[in-house]
Amino acid sequence: MKLVVIGNGMVGHKLLEELADAPNLAITVLCEEPRPAYDRVHLSEFFSGKTADDLSLVTPGFFDRANITLKLNAKAVGIDRAAKLVQLEDGETVPYDQLVLATGSYPFVPPVTGRDRNGCLVYRTIEDLEAMTEWGKKSKVGVVVGGGLLGLECAKALKDMGLQTHVVEFAPRLMTVQVDDMGGRLLRRKIEAMGVQVHTGKNTLEITDGAGLGVGGRHAMKFADGSQLQTDMIVFSAGIRPRDELARVAGLIRGERGGILIDNQCKTSDPSIYAIGECALWQGKIFGLVAPGYDMARIVAKQIVAGDAAASAPQFNGADMSTKLKLLGVDVASIGDAQGTTPGSLTYLFNDDVAGHYKKLVVTADGKQLIGAVLVGEANDYGTLLQMALNGIPLPAQPESLILPSVEGGSKGIGIDMLPATASICSCNNVSKGDLCSAIEGGATSLGALKKCTKAATSCGGCLPLVKQVLDAELKKSGVLVLNHLCEHFAHSRQELFHLVKVGGQKTFDETILAHGKGRGCDVCKPTVASIVASCWNEHVLKPKHASVQDTNDYYLANIQKDGTYSVVPRIPGGEITPDKLIVIGQVAKDYGLYTKITGGQRIDLFGARVEQLPEIWGALVAAGFESGHAYGKSLRTVKSCVGSTWCRYGVQDSVTMAIRIEERYRGLRSPHKIKMAVSGCTRECAEAQSKDVGVIATEKGWNLYVAGNGGMKPRHAELLASDVDDETLIKLIDRFLMLYIRTGDRLQRTATWIENLEGGLSYVKKVVIEDSLGLCAELEADMARQVETYECEWKKAITTPETLKRFSHFVNSKEADANIQFVDERGQIRPKSALEKKLEVAP
Amino acid sequence: MTDAASWTFVCHRDDIVPNTGVCAKVGDAQVAVFRVVAPDGTEDGPDNGIFAIDNFDVRSQANVLSRGLIGELSTETGPALVVASPVYKNHLCLKTGRCLEDEAWSVKAWAVACGDDGAIMVRAS
Ligand SMILES: Cc1cc2nc3c(=O)[nH]c(=O)nc-3n(C[C@H](O)[C@H](O)[C@H](O)COP(=O)(O)OP(=O)(O)OC[C@H]3O[C@@H](n4cnc5c(N)ncnc54)[C@H](O)[C@@H]3O)c2cc1C
Ligand code: HEM
Ligand code: SF4
Ligand code: SF4
Repeated sequence: MKLVVIGNGMVGHKLLEELADAPNLAITVLCEEPRPAYDRVHLSEFFSGKTADDLSLVTPGFFDRANITLKLNAKAVGIDRAAKLVQLEDGETVPYDQLVLATGSYPFVPPVTGRDRNGCLVYRTIEDLEAMTEWGKKSKVGVVVGGGLLGLECAKALKDMGLQTHVVEFAPRLMTVQVDDMGGRLLRRKIEAMGVQVHTGKNTLEITDGAGLGVGGRHAMKFADGSQLQTDMIVFSAGIRPRDELARVAGLIRGERGGILIDNQCKTSDPSIYAIGECALWQGKIFGLVAPGYDMARIVAKQIVAGDAAASAPQFNGADMSTKLKLLGVDVASIGDAQGTTPGSLTYLFNDDVAGHYKKLVVTADGKQLIGAVLVGEANDYGTLLQMALNGIPLPAQPESLILPSVEGGSKGIGIDMLPATASICSCNNVSKGDLCSAIEGGATSLGALKKCTKAATSCGGCLPLVKQVLDAELKKSGVLVLNHLCEHFAHSRQELFHLVKVGGQKTFDETILAHGKGRGCDVCKPTVASIVASCWNEHVLKPKHASVQDTNDYYLANIQKDGTYSVVPRIPGGEITPDKLIVIGQVAKDYGLYTKITGGQRIDLFGARVEQLPEIWGALVAAGFESGHAYGKSLRTVKSCVGSTWCRYGVQDSVTMAIRIEERYRGLRSPHKIKMAVSGCTRECAEAQSKDVGVIATEKGWNLYVAGNGGMKPRHAELLASDVDDETLIKLIDRFLMLYIRTGDRLQRTATWIENLEGGLSYVKKVVIEDSLGLCAELEADMARQVETYECEWKKAITTPETLKRFSHFVNSKEADANIQFVDERGQIRPKSALEKKLEVAP
Repeated sequence: MTDAASWTFVCHRDDIVPNTGVCAKVGDAQVAVFRVVAPDGTEDGPDNGIFAIDNFDVRSQANVLSRGLIGELSTETGPALVVASPVYKNHLCLKTGRCLEDEAWSVKAWAVACGDDGAIMVRAS
């Protein structure tokens, strides 16, 4: 059978995926765009660096199959229903037995004079985004017309391009469809606080030449109330209109305000033509979201495969339009009857202007069921509330508890177990709880495997937390341990072990394994326990009883390099160093023939030291006032700083002094993984503090504290924990944050992964370290105070302890050096000889 | 039967911190000698918990094995005492020198003896 699909957008492509393996089907796809289907939902990520290829929905090789012919740049302009032919713009005709219209929609541009001026754009295709990028470069000011969901997303894009951004909305509030008055007001406040100006109730009449010659005022927008706005570019995002022009010329029935009429089987008024996605009109409704479109695609695929038995195949029966989005960084969610239009419905409201949270529940007249909700500012409970509304789960005795902030940080609402197997968890890909459960039973026991095999959480990702909850709950039920055991010797996570050791008072590895583990331990648990014991009791890592459980780096207080030599890194707090000390480092390097390199952390690394040289080298360094830099430990590395207000003409605080204070406070602190910090003297952020575990940025009024950032393999921006705090508060908060991390972090888990895996993430950390929700702050501070008091330089101690010095010898029975360590000269310094170079020398 | 001439005294047991290793020079060779003690303090094994393998780590091409962490891992043939190379963490069986990750990284095990007087002897070969 010949099937023709017009449109290779998100929904059209879904249909192809569903039909790819159907037998006896020759499919021709007509695609007007120059590239096959891509992910429109994540289109904005184009601005954050995703390429057209990244956004593609086409799996490699998909269009290589023989039964599918893809025509790009192929716009259909007519349908000859009698002859069953589709006419293309270039005159070609394509015959069909069955035809599917998946033509999507186009952005509506209000009929304003001047709307076709240069620099007036829309937001729908990759080409549109390319145009926006081009114009963005030439502009200082940008206006988005339309304060709906897409408009706000677009505003973010303009703002990220560095433009002064305005949103102009015709209605009296933002997001008229999804939120109510109060929610809209809060949303507006938050968005304005981010520097985007919002103009509501503005009816644009005309766009003309602006006052600014060129940049700053290429256009002037004139509004009905007489006011004006100067701008360089305008993006219209005032809603969408179905692309039903083919239906019009072919004489298919359309809705009064557009849209191709379909029935429950997604058939148009011609039984051999279907319409799906945003071009289709079902019971007077157009669905402007991808999930209902996917539903339609699946239904049509089944109809086509079923052939004559189509009547008994599944039918479309509407879709839920609930959504959760992050708009300009603000969480916004809307569920069901968000406006409370159901007769007799009642509402619960919670508003917190301080934190910027607004939450509303709409319940049935009898108060027994949830039928709608609005969440602005914080939408963590979206998944739970949506499931309650969709599955008609009875409300708890005190429904208000669902939106009131929880005092004890405890979880609330419904447990995942309450959900029936039919509950749809991922609406984008129509995955029910039952589907997830059977996949888990079938062996998909990790989140990655589960996503891959069910496709849940692979489109918008909104359901990810729920998917994870289902996974954890199922694994727990089936007795599969959620394995975070340290290793075969300890059936505990690092966090659990930390508590056991702290409570049990074990001070050595042997005591710990006898009390809480089994066997003799290994290279995984030994250093972990060593770090826990060091964090709990701050015992010197060099004490003989700890010696055997340290990684070689901790054992020799230096970083082992590939040839078995070590590197030496003295601490240079804040990156500040006197010329005299610089000379000492240079002299030491010269004396011992070491290779020197400036590190990424504003200090100096000396490479190529043989183990027996380490004490002497450190002797010289300690004598000149240097301390161990702990580059070898899972501990604080450096506190990078910019030069700050002392020298920099932009600086507002003394970042160097603060960096030194912080580095000296936390030096030597043992933790689950290395910790990096930085302090910048002003918002220009030259110290790159937002890529650190702890980042401090000066403000006019004090300091902003960012946490859980990360460079490395998987970079992560740090998140703002507190703003405009004074020196003492800053230190207090860092104390608490670090101690919380040390107590609860997993082995080799940086703060970034820790916070991502922590239930509640940053907001949980805020609750604990700022609001003291667990009543733990005093204890955390006391723990840190003890750490700070008992600090001693490990190298200073080592070089004065004969027992320790004994280990710094290559041979136990000879004073010789390791002959295998050999260097050659490169750019005036040493480097290790390669294996090949060594071999060549031995061979005659 | 031990042939006195081929045995070299390397050090005393007390020269090795429990559950660590040292490197001994035996002729021109480097031998990593380990002292293993169970958490409850017993020094077990045929030679009071003393083991010897090459000090040269084939994987990193460096003389470092004596500086590795000692541990015990389950293998198909039961629990094995191992040392983890400090460079790339490959595990070598203390008794046999066999590498658990890749046979190609295995090293030689040396005959070692430690009597009740604590003197550790390695047989040169
Ligand atoms: C920026 C943006 C963000 C969005 N965010 C979300 C979101 O977060 N969540 C959500 O659920 N939805 C979101 N949407 C909506 C979602 O993208 C659409 O619902 C979905 O793309 C609809 O799919 P479709 O296949 O019906 O239409 P489209 O994806 O528009 O595909 C239609 C295709 O048909 C082609 N076509 C049209 N006429 C012809 C013709 N005559 N001949 C040949 N080809 C033709 C078009 O060129 C187009 O490629 C967003 C949309 C945009 C633009
Ligand atoms: C008068 C203005 C400035 C001068 C003279 C200046 C000078 C320098 C110098 C000399 C370096 C060191 C380069 C090196 O280590 O090799 C540097 C690094 C850097 N500067 Fe600037 N800078 C200025 C402004 C800024 C501003 C405004 C920013 C931020 C927006 C910035 C961000 C950085 C960053 C991120 C680094 C890298 C830091 C690192 O090495 O890790 N600089 N700058
Ligand atoms: S962050 Fe600010 S104070 Fe520090 S160097 Fe940069 S511009 Fe100057
Ligand atoms: S980036 Fe890679 S090569 Fe460079 S220091 Fe780190 S681990 Fe070594």
